[in-house]
Amino acid sequence: MPTILDIQDLRKSYAGGFEALKGVDLQIEKGEILALLGPNGAGKTTLISTVCGITTATSGKVTVGGHDIHDDFRAARSMIGLVPQEINLEPFEKVINTVRFSRGLFGRPADEAKLEKILRQLSLWDKKDSQIRELSGGMKRRVLIAKALSHDPQVLFLDEPTAGVDVELRKDMWEIVAGLKASGVTIILTTHYIEEAEAIADRIGVIARGELLLVEEKDKLMARLGKKQLEVQLTEPITEIPLALQSPDVELSADGQALIYTYDTNAERTGITKLLAKVAESGLVLRDVATRQSSLEDIFVGMLKEDAA
Amino acid sequence: MNWTAIKAIYTFEMTRFFRTITQSIISPVLSTSLYFVVFGAAIGSRIDEVEGVSYGAFIVPGLIMLSVITQSISNASFGIYFPKFIGTVYELLSAPINFFEIVIGYVGAAATKALFIGTIILITAFFFVDITIQHPIAMVAFLILTCISFALMGFIIGIWAGNFEQLQLVPLLIVTPLVFLGGSFYSISMLPPVWQVISHFNPVVYLISGFRWAFFGSADVPILTSLLAIALFTALCLGVIWWIFRTGWRLRA
Ligand SMILES: Nc1ncnc2c1ncn2[C@@H]1O[C@H](COP(=O)(O)OP(=O)(O)O)[C@@H](O)[C@H]1O
Ligand SMILES: [Mg+2]
Repeated sequence: MPTILDIQDLRKSYAGGFEALKGVDLQIEKGEILALLGPNGAGKTTLISTVCGITTATSGKVTVGGHDIHDDFRAARSMIGLVPQEINLEPFEKVINTVRFSRGLFGRPADEAKLEKILRQLSLWDKKDSQIRELSGGMKRRVLIAKALSHDPQVLFLDEPTAGVDVELRKDMWEIVAGLKASGVTIILTTHYIEEAEAIADRIGVIARGELLLVEEKDKLMARLGKKQLEVQLTEPITEIPLALQSPDVELSADGQALIYTYDTNAERTGITKLLAKVAESGLVLRDVATRQSSLEDIFVGMLKEDAA
Repeated sequence: MNWTAIKAIYTFEMTRFFRTITQSIISPVLSTSLYFVVFGAAIGSRIDEVEGVSYGAFIVPGLIMLSVITQSISNASFGIYFPKFIGTVYELLSAPINFFEIVIGYVGAAATKALFIGTIILITAFFFVDITIQHPIAMVAFLILTCISFALMGFIIGIWAGNFEQLQLVPLLIVTPLVFLGGSFYSISMLPPVWQVISHFNPVVYLISGFRWAFFGSADVPILTSLLAIALFTALCLGVIWWIFRTGWRLRA
């Protein structure tokens, strides 16, 4: 799949010197759903705002569909739809007017049939003549989505679309996102719920303190989650793993001083007893053993701690 | 130029105006009528004529200018400040438009509203006094130019303002006094010599004088000076707008 959004070494320092983005590199493929997972203050909104032109980057390069967001901002921005984190809407405006406005603002010719389709898709059609202030919170968020979709964006940013939304609405939102993906839109959404990223994303990026810590396919990431490693330290270094111990789950450390066994804590048997028996059979002498969580677990545990603080 | 976007901003702003159309019409009609009753009838009965024009007719250009200037500023400043205040400005900033297109949309709409109100005041005035407009084309041109230049100024104030108080500050502390002291209700030549000199530092004097010339063919200052003054003022506002565009001042973090 071709890259539709390319972010290279993006940095952003706010006035006052605070560095909210510390060199972010991220490539998004056409048609995928990427979830940016990170605690409050991680820099998710800053990243989106910089790509969309709401704040200016301190340095770095961003292209959308090959168009530079600075030098070729019209072409780049025409491709982007943004659903902001805050519900920013004019309370006295009618739903249909604000959606029409968005389409016009992006330079697209009037197309009432198109707007009707979008509003129906979001179950807003019977509210089209209502004033924004008459709508519930969930509906307001849909209006924001309708505005973002009104100009046929190819890349859609959803900044915490389900923050402060009840369970039912969250499910609705996930369905909407799945529907958009089916229609070919590339979606980048931010969230601080692991479950949300797990439920809808193709890939997950983890961001904290202005740094993108990792980006990985959801399935691989989830497989790594819940795994632990057992490190078996040896008295004498070895050059290769003895035949009896060879398995995809067993690795030799770089210095040959330790065997590293990855196992699933959720599985019925961890296989540790068997492994240790085989170690003894192979004539290896143990110096020590240690277990640790995979680095990903550490990240998430860290994130949760930060969230609780 | 993204004309579709400009039109979208313009239409959106005008819709807001027409949503409160009765209020938009009634209030200038009412206040103009009051001015005629208070100034025209009460004071006018003591002053017969100013520069060969009845006092009631004499104050018409000043009255129109007074409203048009205040309206242009408040419409344009509110127009751009409001999206900043409620957060909808994100859409303007992320749209494929440049700053000048935003300016044209908002300033155009604000100037149109002010022009509309100026016209209503003129029509109202016809019910109270006899006026024949000597230079109708110059009158319209002057009116439009005033609407645009003060809407530009209002736009700048709206960009600058960080809260509602600041939004009111400049109009209240600077513009309103200048307009009232700008000869709306009197001729500069009626003032003591010292005040005549001081008045020449008030830019609004040139506007009102020029506008009055279009009505009656005579003025406090030569018409060319008036034209030059408004041209300078417009150029100044455009210069500031250009600078804001270059620096992204107060719009983008
Ligand atoms: N306009 C701003 N000026 C200064 N600091 C800001 C501004 N906006 C955000 N920040 C700071 O940048 C960091 C990242 O914020 P943000 O991008 O909103 O995080 P997130 O969306 O992940 O919660 C935070 O520490 C926040 O306080
Ligand atoms: Mg955020």
